[in-house]
Amino acid sequence: MSRFSFAAALIALSGSFLSLPASAADVEAGRYQAVLGDCAGCHGRDLAGGVVLKTPFGKMVAPNITPDKETGIGNYSLADFKQAMRRGVAPGGRRLYPAMPYPYYAHLNGHNIATLWDYLQTVKPVKKAVDVNQLRFPFNIRALMRGWNMLYLRPAPIAMEGKGDDWNRGAYLVNGPGHCGACHAPKNMFGADKGGLTGASLQGWFAPDLTSESNAGLGSWSAADIVDYLKTGRNSHALASGPMAEAVENSTSQMHDSDLAAIAVYLKDLPPSRGNGGGATGVEAQMKAGAIAYDISCAACHGRDGKGSALFPPLAGNAAVRQVRAETAVRTVLAGGKAAATPGAPTGPGMPSLGWRLSNEQIANILTYVRNNWGNRAPAVSPETVGRIRAELHGGS
Amino acid sequence: MAKLLPKKDVVVIGLGWTGSILSHHLAEAGLNVVAIERGPWRDTAADFNIAYVQDELRYAIRKDLFLRPSVEAMTMRNNAAQTALPMRDYGSFLPGHGVGGAGVHWNGHTWRFWESDFTIKTHLTQRYGAAKIKNLQLQDWGVSWSEIEPSFDQFEYLCGVSGKAGNLKGQIQPGGNPFESARARDYPNPPMKMPYASTLFAEKVAGLGLHPFPLPSSNLSQAYVNSLGVRMGQCSYCGFCERFACGNYSKASAQTTILPVLMKMPNFQARTECEVLKVNLTPDGKHARSVTYLDSHGVEYEQPAELVLICAYALMNVRMMLLSKIGTQYDPVSGKGTVGRNYCYQTSSGARLMFEGKHFNPFIGAGSLGQTIDDFNGDAFDHSKLDFVGGAGISCTVTNGRPISNRPTMPGSPRWGQGWKQATVDGYNNSMGFGAQGSSYPVRENYLDLDPTYTDRHGRPLLRVTFDFPDNDIAMSHYLSDQMEKMTKPFNAKFAAVSRLKKGWDSVPYQSTHNTGGAVMGSDPKTSAVNKYLQSWDVPNVFVVGASAFAHNAGMNPTGTVGALAYWAANAITDKYIKSPGALVAA
Repeated sequence: MSRFSFAAALIALSGSFLSLPASAADVEAGRYQAVLGDCAGCHGRDLAGGVVLKTPFGKMVAPNITPDKETGIGNYSLADFKQAMRRGVAPGGRRLYPAMPYPYYAHLNGHNIATLWDYLQTVKPVKKAVDVNQLRFPFNIRALMRGWNMLYLRPAPIAMEGKGDDWNRGAYLVNGPGHCGACHAPKNMFGADKGGLTGASLQGWFAPDLTSESNAGLGSWSAADIVDYLKTGRNSHALASGPMAEAVENSTSQMHDSDLAAIAVYLKDLPPSRGNGGGATGVEAQMKAGAIAYDISCAACHGRDGKGSALFPPLAGNAAVRQVRAETAVRTVLAGGKAAATPGAPTGPGMPSLGWRLSNEQIANILTYVRNNWGNRAPAVSPETVGRIRAELHGGS
Repeated sequence: MAKLLPKKDVVVIGLGWTGSILSHHLAEAGLNVVAIERGPWRDTAADFNIAYVQDELRYAIRKDLFLRPSVEAMTMRNNAAQTALPMRDYGSFLPGHGVGGAGVHWNGHTWRFWESDFTIKTHLTQRYGAAKIKNLQLQDWGVSWSEIEPSFDQFEYLCGVSGKAGNLKGQIQPGGNPFESARARDYPNPPMKMPYASTLFAEKVAGLGLHPFPLPSSNLSQAYVNSLGVRMGQCSYCGFCERFACGNYSKASAQTTILPVLMKMPNFQARTECEVLKVNLTPDGKHARSVTYLDSHGVEYEQPAELVLICAYALMNVRMMLLSKIGTQYDPVSGKGTVGRNYCYQTSSGARLMFEGKHFNPFIGAGSLGQTIDDFNGDAFDHSKLDFVGGAGISCTVTNGRPISNRPTMPGSPRWGQGWKQATVDGYNNSMGFGAQGSSYPVRENYLDLDPTYTDRHGRPLLRVTFDFPDNDIAMSHYLSDQMEKMTKPFNAKFAAVSRLKKGWDSVPYQSTHNTGGAVMGSDPKTSAVNKYLQSWDVPNVFVVGASAFAHNAGMNPTGTVGALAYWAANAITDKYIKSPGALVAA
C-alpha cells in the first residue's frame, strides 16, 4: 500500500527557455561560477533579489535575476548578460551600480559567463518586482555611472608570471569572481577600491585586513587555517559571523578544496598592510575596569585566558577584535551574532546580545581590554563609538 | 473545513527529544518529514540568552518554559471512587512546551535502565516466584538487552554524556556503577568535577561498604563534538539547569545536539505553534491517513502522510491515541484494553543534613552533578526477605544555590525577620542532602483515560490521571528511608532528617516530571499498546515514541531510556518498516 516518495533535493530543471538546451556539464559548471561569485549573497538563495545593501550613497536592493520575463532577466540575451557582468550596462544602455561587483566580474572569461548564463536559465523563475534604486540624489541618476566606469572600471590583468599556478588561480578567485575587495578593500569617496585588501568598514561591520600583517592581518594564520576557515566557517583563530558567515555558507564552503588552497596561497603572499595603528596607551583605568567586566560577562565562554573553547572562538589573536576600527566587535557585543553553519561545522553557535545590560562605557572598557590583552594590540574603544553604533543598530542610518 | 496539504512521507507530532531524533534519522534516510509542534520555536542564541537565562523568578518560579494549563490541563484523582478535578496550575510534574520539549529544561541525568528491567516479570518470577509480584501488573518490555544496548550508546554519543563505565562488556570497572548492565564502550566524556557535598557523600557511604560512582550526566565535563558533528561547550557549573534552558551549549537537548543539522536538511520542515488535534484513520480504523492541526491563527489544516509518529510528552501521547481512537481504552475493572494501562510515576524521599562551619558552596552546581549509589536500586539487592520489589538510586547532587528556592534553615529557626535572615546565612553553606529516586511499579488501578466532564480550549476531553502510590512502592520507599537514616550517621551532622512517603499522591507540590506508561511496549497485544518497535498493534503506520512505552518505571531518570527507545524505533523504521510497510510483529 504505502509508497514512499524519496525526496530529491534537486533544483528543478526547466530547460525549455533555451532554444538549444545547455549540457548538464555546462549547467553544473555555471552553478559553480554562481558559487564562486556568491550570487546568492546579494540576490538571495532563490536569486529573486530583495537583499538590501546599505551604502554611503543610500540603499540599494539587489534585483531579481531569475529567468522571469517581467521581473527577472528572462528577456536578456547572452550578449546582454555579458555586458551587464563585465561593463555594468543593462539592455537599453541602462547603467548598473558597482554594488553589483562588475569591476571584479569583468575578469571572467566568455566561457565562464556563458556557463553561468546556462545555469541561470535553469533556475526556477520567480515573479517578484524589486525596487532596486533607493539611492539619494544625485546618486540615483544612473547615467553618472558612465563617468564612474571611465574613471574606475579598469580591469587590470591579474596574472603574474613566475608566481605559479596556485598563486595565479588564487589571485583570479580573490580579485575576480570572489570579489573579496568589495568588502575588504578600502574605498575612495566615490566608492571605488583604493587597492589592497587591508580592511574596510561597510554596513556597520569592519571587514578585516586580509594581508600578511601579523597583528590585524592573517600573518599568524597558516594556509591550512585559511582553508579551514573558508571551508567550515571556523578554525582555531576565529569563527565567521555577520556578512562573512553568509559568504562562507553561500560561497566559500562550497568551493573546491583546490580553489580554497589557491586562495590561501595568494592571501599568504599579500604584502603586509601598515597594521592597525598599534595598541592603546594611557588607558589603565579602562583596562582595569574592562578586566573586571570581562570576567563577569565574557569569561565563561571565551575563557579568562581569552583562548575560547572548541565551541566558542578565542579572542586572543582573533582578527575580528584586532582591526583598526572596532565596529564588528562592538556590534557583536551589542546585538549578538550567529556563526556560520556549514556541513563541516554545523553548530552555528550564537553570541547573545548584551547591549541591553552593558552600558556604552562598560562595552568600551571590555573591548579596549580585549583588544590589548593576551598579545592583542589595537586602538582603544571609546564610549562615544559604542554609542554611535548603538544608535545605528536602533534604526539610524 | 480543513485545508488539505500535499502528502508527506512522515508527519511527526511534537519536536522534542524523540521527535528530533526520529525526524533526523528518517530525513537522513531520504524521507520527506514534517514535524508539527504545538509550542514556539526556541533556539539557544536567541531564546536562551546567557545574559538573562539565569532569571530564577521568570523560569523557576513563574515557569516560563513549561506547558500552561490554559493550553492543556489534566484532571487528577487518587482512585476511581473520586471525581477527578482539573489542575489550575501544574505542580507535581511540569511538562515542557515548545521545540525541544522537556529536554530543554531537564537536569541531564542520563541513565540506562537495566537488563532486568526489560525482562522484569521473567526475572522477578524466576528469582522470587510468581506470588511475590501477584499484586503488581509487571510485564516484560518485549525487547532484549542485546537489542537495545546499541541504541543507548547512540543516545549517549549524541548527548556527550559525562560518566564512568561500571561494566564494560561484563568486566566490572573500579569507580563506575557495578550494578549497571554490560555496555559495549565507555561514556564519551569523563565524569564532571565533583563538588564538596558529593565528594563527602561518596566518602561516607563508601565507608559503609556501598559503591558510589559519578552520576552519568548530560552536563558536559568538557567541550565535545557529537556524533552528528555538532559542537557542545563545557559546563560552567552555573547551577541553572532544572527549569532552565542552557545558554552555554553544555546541556544536551535537541537544540544543542540535533537541530543545527536537522533544520538545514531540505527534506525536513518544522511547523511550530501548530497543534495537532487528532490523527485521522481510514474508515476501518486500521490505517492513519493524516493529522488535523490548527495553526496559531486558528486555521485548520489536514496533513496527509504515509507514516505518523506520535512523539509528544508521554501523557500527551496517550491522550492523542485516545482522541484518535488508536487502540482500545484500558479498563481497570476488566483489565481489558491497552491504552492508558500501566501508568507509573516515581517514588521519592530525601535526607537533609545541617552542619556548622562547612563551606558547601552550593552555587557551584549543575543539573546532574553528583554521586550515586545503586546498591538499593532495582533488583541489585536480595528482596526475598522483604515485603516489596523494586528500589531506588540514592544520589547526592549539588544542583543549585539559587537565591529564591534554596534557603535551607535549621529547623526551629524563625520564619521571618532578622532571625530568619541570620538562619539563612547560617544555613546556606552548611546544608546538604541526598535523595532516593524510587521505582514505580504498575498496578491494575493506576491508569490514564479521557475525562468525562472537562474539555480543553478546542472542546476535546482532557486526560484524566488516576494514581496513587501502590503499597509495594510505599514499602520500598520506607525501606529506602531506613537505609538513608543509616547513611546519615557517619556524617555526624548537627541535624539530620529523612522524609517518609505517605499514601495519597498529592498533585500540588513538585515531585518529578517522570510520568511513564499508558502506551506500553510489549510482545502481547492484549497487554501492550505498541509492539517491541513502538509500533501501534492496531494501526501499523503509527509509532508512539517516548516514556509512554515504559512498561514500568525504574528508580532512575527516564530520559536515557527514552532516547534509546527513540533510536530503537527509528532504526526499526529505516531498517525494516520502509522496506516492507506493515506490522513488524504479527499480532
